[in-house]
Amino acid sequence: MNNIGNPKKTSLYNQHLKLSGKIIDFSGWLLPVQYKGIIVEHLHTREKNSIFDISHMGEFLIEGKNAESDLSIILTTDVTNMKTGTCRYGFILNENAGIIDDTILYKFTPTRFMLVVNASRTRIDYNWIIDNISNETTVTDISDKTAKIDLQGPLSRQTASICFANINFNQLKHFYFTEIKWKGIPLTISMTGYTGETGYELFLPEDAALELWESLLSIGDVEPAGLGARDSLRLEKGYSLYGHDLTDKINPYEAGLGRFIKRESGFIGAAALNTFREKKQNRLLVPFICEGRRSARDGFTIMNADKAIGRVTSGSFSPSLKRGIGLGMIEYEFAVEGKELICTDGKIKINATVTELPFV
Amino acid sequence: MDAEKLLYSKDHEWVSIDGETAVIGITDYAQEELGDIVFVELPESGSEIKAGEAPVTLESVKAVSSVYCPFSGIITEINSKLEDEPEIINSSPLDQGWIFKIKITSGNKDNLLNSADYEAYIKELD
Repeated sequence: MNNIGNPKKTSLYNQHLKLSGKIIDFSGWLLPVQYKGIIVEHLHTREKNSIFDISHMGEFLIEGKNAESDLSIILTTDVTNMKTGTCRYGFILNENAGIIDDTILYKFTPTRFMLVVNASRTRIDYNWIIDNISNETTVTDISDKTAKIDLQGPLSRQTASICFANINFNQLKHFYFTEIKWKGIPLTISMTGYTGETGYELFLPEDAALELWESLLSIGDVEPAGLGARDSLRLEKGYSLYGHDLTDKINPYEAGLGRFIKRESGFIGAAALNTFREKKQNRLLVPFICEGRRSARDGFTIMNADKAIGRVTSGSFSPSLKRGIGLGMIEYEFAVEGKELICTDGKIKINATVTELPFV
Repeated sequence: MDAEKLLYSKDHEWVSIDGETAVIGITDYAQEELGDIVFVELPESGSEIKAGEAPVTLESVKAVSSVYCPFSGIITEINSKLEDEPEIINSSPLDQGWIFKIKITSGNKDNLLNSADYEAYIKELD
């Protein structure tokens, strides 16, 4: 974790307090886990739309004439065939194909990119990139100067159209972005998110975040949502969370994310990754649903009869299904839909079944 | 329940004593801290427990926590409504959200706080 003992505040910290946000230390940042309640915020996002302060995420500007070729080495992402104005999900891998981080790359021009990384990995990623990039390419960590507000939910296109009247949001497709000036403030808006709903991620200078936050909140049916709802929303869609479902000991095939690997060579970790591709892997991250309201939690052992076959990596109550749901890394031979599992912390046992994604 | 007449533990249970029987639940502060309660594991009616044991487990979306019992005795009644509607603890922690009743065989209430002292105690925590 970064900044232990000295957590950072985002520029919206006082707004979170004003909205009775319950503040926690998340990866070295003081952020609201909830305002009114995780379930009400979760359901509001599924039914209407919510805004989330995601300013803790890391952002790097990567620039120079070799930026594209350097990024092609660092990321699994196929950078060379990306269109300007699009963004793509991918991974930074180590030599063993372990996931150093999962990232989204934004292509502004062939010589100018933004890489969005997890807060807890910002420093590690930055050092890794610097060590593996050519001298002609510059990497600028703009994380502390950049605020990020996510607008997510089925009404978010309507909300965005009210807030930014000069953009045609019908033309801003999934994984496309646009740069605009809003009240003189430079904004990058991508149609991306972590909830599985229609939604946008908005990047802007941190000193302008308050104005945007208040403008969005003033639009009908927009409510603030905290990290708790963000986590339950992403888990219902089966999206992985770094540090839980993804680590530097897990490769993308084991994480069930092989569909994002479009290249067989040219990036760090490719050789190791290809051996997993060919031999398949020994284990796989699977979604499971619990038999009742009780959830198997992160760290619970997963059993097949009396034999431990894996571990829960994420577990939560699903507000939409009113059942426990989760992700677990289990031995490959048991990773079959319908397989019945027992999750235990040594005291309680929870029956669960391997299912398919998304949960909701 | 009249909050002023209840006794409180430092683990944020409330206790209402009537003769040999006590009713136990969690405080408004506790439900607020836990957030949305989504699952309650209740003891069996008739089971025997010792003072300091945790016959009840509460799960919120994010957290799991125990409800301790300050007395030894026999569980005489459980609020089985909580099995299907655990959120009652959030909406009515002192009334409909009571959790269990116990016939006290031993234990004393000297370690419990009165309402004013409990209020002062949670102020210190914030």
